[in-house]
Amino acid sequence: MRKQIEGSRAVAEAVALARPEVICAYPISPQTHIVEGLGELVKSGKIAPCEFVNVESEFAAMSVAIGASAAGARAYTATASQGLLFMAEAVYNASGLGLPIVMTLANRAIGAPINIWNDHSDSMSQRDCGWIQLFAAHNQEALDLHIQAFKLAEELSMPVMVCMDGFILTHAVEGIDMPTQDEVDAFLPPYEPRQVLDPAEPVSIGAMVGPEAFMEVRYLAHAKQTVALERIPEIAAEFCDRFGRNTGGLVRSYHCDDAETIVVALGSVIGTLRETVEELRRDGMKIGVLGISSFRPFPLAAVREVLQGAKRVVVLEKSFSVGLGGVVSTDVRLALEGAPVRGYTVVAGLGGRAITRASLASTLRDAVDEKLEPLTFMDLDWRIVNRQLEREAASRRSGPIAENLLRDVGSVASKVS
Amino acid sequence: MNASIKFYQTGTFTVGNRLLSPEQRSVQASLERSNAINSGHRACQGCGEALGARYAVDAAMRAVNGQLIAANATGCLEVFSTPYPETSWQLPWIHSLFGNAAAVGTGIAAALKVKGRQDVRVIAQGGDGGTTDIGFGCLSGMFERNDDVLYLCYDNEAYMNTGVQRSSATPHAARTNTTMPVGPEPGAPFGQGKKLPLIAMAHEIPYVATATVADLHDLENKVERAMSMHGARYLHVLVPCPLGWGADSADTIKLARLARETGIFPVLEAERGEVTAVSKIRRRIPVEEYLRLQKRFAHLFGKPGHPEMVAAIQAEADRNICRFKLLDKTEAV
Ligand SMILES: Cc1ncc(C[n+]2csc(CCOP(=O)(O)OP(=O)(O)O)c2C)c(N)n1
Ligand code: SF4
Ligand SMILES: [Mg+2]
Repeated sequence: MRKQIEGSRAVAEAVALARPEVICAYPISPQTHIVEGLGELVKSGKIAPCEFVNVESEFAAMSVAIGASAAGARAYTATASQGLLFMAEAVYNASGLGLPIVMTLANRAIGAPINIWNDHSDSMSQRDCGWIQLFAAHNQEALDLHIQAFKLAEELSMPVMVCMDGFILTHAVEGIDMPTQDEVDAFLPPYEPRQVLDPAEPVSIGAMVGPEAFMEVRYLAHAKQTVALERIPEIAAEFCDRFGRNTGGLVRSYHCDDAETIVVALGSVIGTLRETVEELRRDGMKIGVLGISSFRPFPLAAVREVLQGAKRVVVLEKSFSVGLGGVVSTDVRLALEGAPVRGYTVVAGLGGRAITRASLASTLRDAVDEKLEPLTFMDLDWRIVNRQLEREAASRRSGPIAENLLRDVGSVASKVS
Repeated sequence: MNASIKFYQTGTFTVGNRLLSPEQRSVQASLERSNAINSGHRACQGCGEALGARYAVDAAMRAVNGQLIAANATGCLEVFSTPYPETSWQLPWIHSLFGNAAAVGTGIAAALKVKGRQDVRVIAQGGDGGTTDIGFGCLSGMFERNDDVLYLCYDNEAYMNTGVQRSSATPHAARTNTTMPVGPEPGAPFGQGKKLPLIAMAHEIPYVATATVADLHDLENKVERAMSMHGARYLHVLVPCPLGWGADSADTIKLARLARETGIFPVLEAERGEVTAVSKIRRRIPVEEYLRLQKRFAHLFGKPGHPEMVAAIQAEADRNICRFKLLDKTEAV
């Protein structure tokens, strides 16, 4: 059924169709509308049987999900940003224990300075946590990925994080195709745990493992992600067969066949990039976009296949590794090992800074003209950066950085004419 | 609760079996005896935690016909019980993290409810550090939501698994490796620490009780009582640790008994925030007798010693005795 709904509501309804049995909720913008929606669906009996637990922290949210999943229930939670960091220890634990929890991450910047707007720092902070990380490019894909995620997680017995851009997707109202319960039931079988806490067959889960087997346990987690690399496109294909929508998968390329320049990105910015690329193509530029849908496992071969024919690759990132540069760029370069392709990292959109088509077009033109720096912070306001640097050079007690910069920028109200 | 016992032999703390009703009698260990935590684990000799956990979990198992699942915090109990491929646990058991046992318990209980398995019950357990400090947020959340979990805290009054460091349950003046007996105020500082049973009571949950390994029948009865109820329940068990306390392995039970008989550790039960029963002190003992058996308090008695600190600890015991009415009316405080 076609519906005009908010991204968060679409995700809540998709999760409901997956028949979750335990949902743990702790609020954080921009995730709130998802758990609010689910709370209402549980309370009104539309999701049943299901326990909706209002926990006291994200650490508890993931811990309750761990207990529920280990006891054989389909468990779901959602978070963002600070919340993901607050639950980090349990995030690693869930994957280490091989529990197929599904979590929505409404991507948001990490503080300090505290910032509720979108970027990918939260996802990237848990890059190595052992979860599968899928990125949605638009709300229909966010919805579809959640249904695919439960199947993938439970088949492999490993947790899946569905990442969707905070506000840009979570709060956007769009036309969405909502599957029916019967369709989802036919696609997603009931949860059959590999390991379960059951008095009829008592097992101990979570024993200490020493040097004699720890490496092997970790290797097996990696091996599972390698299997996921095969299953993700297969599940996407099966989903497409049943629901008629081509969403998910490992990567998605637009105009890459003859492209000399390819922009790599994750999430909703792919939409803006596609429009930009269409515009640049009209000017005769051979340029394409590669969207990465599966960030973990990272599809090295699929990425290489698309990129290796290009002359240059620009990785557009909504996060960065302080003191190094790109996070995704590092992975992309690994995929391109030995290939004669120039690599650029463009950091953009941190903390919700708008990524405009105009800025993208001029940045990409610079790349094509070989004028782009290897690491570029798109639309950085050098004026306030330099003023702060001068302040720090002039006085030891130069004060808190963020507050200084805000004073330089002036009140937001003063800009509203 | 135990029926009141008549002690015919004065001056002794032991009660001959023949003075007890059959159900209160202690029996020799037998092969048939249920054993949720099997032998072969790696606890130190005389470990109060191993003893307390075994009796508590056994009693819980018996109370629910073996339909029990346990979530365990990181700590001595977790480490000594699961040197995989060996495990002592004869029930489904999960260890997730140090600070989340209560929340994992909540998750298990939620799953069982959804699955319609209300016959299967849940316990969560941890040491004092995992309970009063790092796991306190999750515990308080579990209490506040009145989740159907019995939480068992095995209080050995410090972080033992990491080599004896202070927790918020470490008693005043005690030596730990982070409260060394040096300087003008040696050991753990006075004026700090928390009493978790009282905090648990403040949540007005169905049941809160304290117990020690000196009275295993009392411990078992309390577990049984707890398992007869639903909702959040809390049992705080004092479990002496020979290694951390610097005590003789043979003194574990004696120390637990002295902790109760001095008034240092009040043994009580509470329902919905109100105290409903206390274990009376049979023969009041000065705290010094309890403290002297433990090297963690040795600096109080050396030369020059700290009589003022011993007096302060005595005052704390006296306050407990008054506050919880631990003495029969006949005895003056
Ligand atoms: C997040 C975290 N911090 C610290 C530790 C280290 N640690 C493991 S067990 C333990 C002490 C446990 O003390 P307690 O809960 O009192 O149990 P005991 O060993 O005394 O029975 C500590 C500090 C850990 N495993 N995880
Ligand atoms: S250190 Fe203490 S609590 Fe730990 S096993 Fe030894 S006696 Fe038991
Ligand atoms: Mg301890």
